[in-house]
Amino acid sequence: MITIENLHKSYGKLQVLRDVSVAFDKGKVVSIIGPNGAGKTTMSKCILGMVLPDQGDIRMNGESVLKKYVYRSQIGYMPQIGKYPENMKVRQVIEMIRDIRKNASIDDELIGLYRLEEMYEKRMGALSGGNRQKVSAALAFLFDPQVLILDEPTAGLDPIAAEILKGKILKEKKKGKLILITSHVMSEIEEVAEEVLCMVDGSIKFYETIANLKMRTQEDRLSRAVAKIMNGGNTP
Amino acid sequence: MNKIIKYVLLDIIKSKIVIAYTLFLLLLSIGLFNLGGSPDKGILSLLNLVLLTVPLISIVFATTHFYNSYEFMELLVAQPINRKKIFMSEYLGVAFSLSAAFLVGVGVPVIIFSTGLTGLYLVLTGVFITFIFVAMAFLASVSTRDKAKGIGIALLLWFYFALIYDGIVLFILYAFGDYPLEYATLVMTALNPIDLGRIIVLLNLDVSALMGYTGALYKSIFGSVWGVAAAFGLLLLWALIPVWSSRRIFSRRDL
Repeated sequence: MITIENLHKSYGKLQVLRDVSVAFDKGKVVSIIGPNGAGKTTMSKCILGMVLPDQGDIRMNGESVLKKYVYRSQIGYMPQIGKYPENMKVRQVIEMIRDIRKNASIDDELIGLYRLEEMYEKRMGALSGGNRQKVSAALAFLFDPQVLILDEPTAGLDPIAAEILKGKILKEKKKGKLILITSHVMSEIEEVAEEVLCMVDGSIKFYETIANLKMRTQEDRLSRAVAKIMNGGNTP
Repeated sequence: MNKIIKYVLLDIIKSKIVIAYTLFLLLLSIGLFNLGGSPDKGILSLLNLVLLTVPLISIVFATTHFYNSYEFMELLVAQPINRKKIFMSEYLGVAFSLSAAFLVGVGVPVIIFSTGLTGLYLVLTGVFITFIFVAMAFLASVSTRDKAKGIGIALLLWFYFALIYDGIVLFILYAFGDYPLEYATLVMTALNPIDLGRIIVLLNLDVSALMGYTGALYKSIFGSVWGVAAAFGLLLLWALIPVWSSRRIFSRRDL
């Protein structure tokens, strides 16, 4: 569904992405892992067109997305740190986005589950980090997109809210959507994802299914399996 | 695009700075028209104050607005909206609201106290200057991520066009006083939108008789309808070029 070809990106002298090529199919939950600064967020922002790559191409359903914008109606994005106009109320933000995308189908399940209506009259600036994440999550799922890009979605959420989100992810996966999640919490990845894409220093270290990883390293926990590969050079 | 402009305008109205700006201009113009005996004198003093304050307030307000709207723009770029549309909505939102403030604050008193071509030129010039300096503010804002730096560049631009440029022109006129400089001054005027605006209004006042040879040349050029049209055309260019280049930078950079 999304194909990335030879993607390069550098911020000044710092090379963030070096020749990344990967293809994601629909109906899958792919977890993107890797140490801080490995280029995970930059790659997701490239897919969204927020960061413009120096070289390479990104295709969605066979069509290049560079310099386009209509394709973004098919992507729901939950940023790592949601930034919102401080003096807008929660209701105003949600209504504004809905107003701008009038013809899209609506899935407001998360608004209900997170009971966002109760804080509709609060200003975005007055929200706690966790509640802001809930708004981000609700907005990402709001238009029933075919692709979901979730950047460390559960960081900052309380356990109940995180459970709700995981349930929602699994539900959307069954509908045949592609879901990309960057995360550091291995136990969570095991719960929702079936494939792991590991990035180190801007290039892909490995991309394979969790079952495959465990078999190859002969470990029964994902965190151990990943640690083994990262430390041991047990590359295929 | 209209929808995004609507939200930009709502945000600006909420900050109340534009309302304060309107009241300030209103007070200034009514005061000056009542102070001077004839409406012509009022227009002249108003012209000098307008050409100093309107660029300053436009450029500072637009720059701070741009940096304060960063979150808003970040929210929108992840949506299926063209980046150019987001940028133009921001620009038009700011330029329209400041122009509206100017039209109410200066335009209405001008209509009340002195109906005439000069008054019309003054109001038109003010609106053009607003659009030009908002455009320059956006150019300064997209060229750096650092808010303090951006406001610094914006203030420098204002300093240059409002004060330093005239100093340079005077210096050149003084140093090369032995040569015929009529056409050179004409070109130098075109290179500064504030001077251009001042000349358009001044030449329609009686004081233009005091401006000597250059004044006579200006009068022969800007006195005609075509001359005035050309001058406003130049002002339009002064707005379009920074808007176009900042839009280009904005659509090609990382957010």
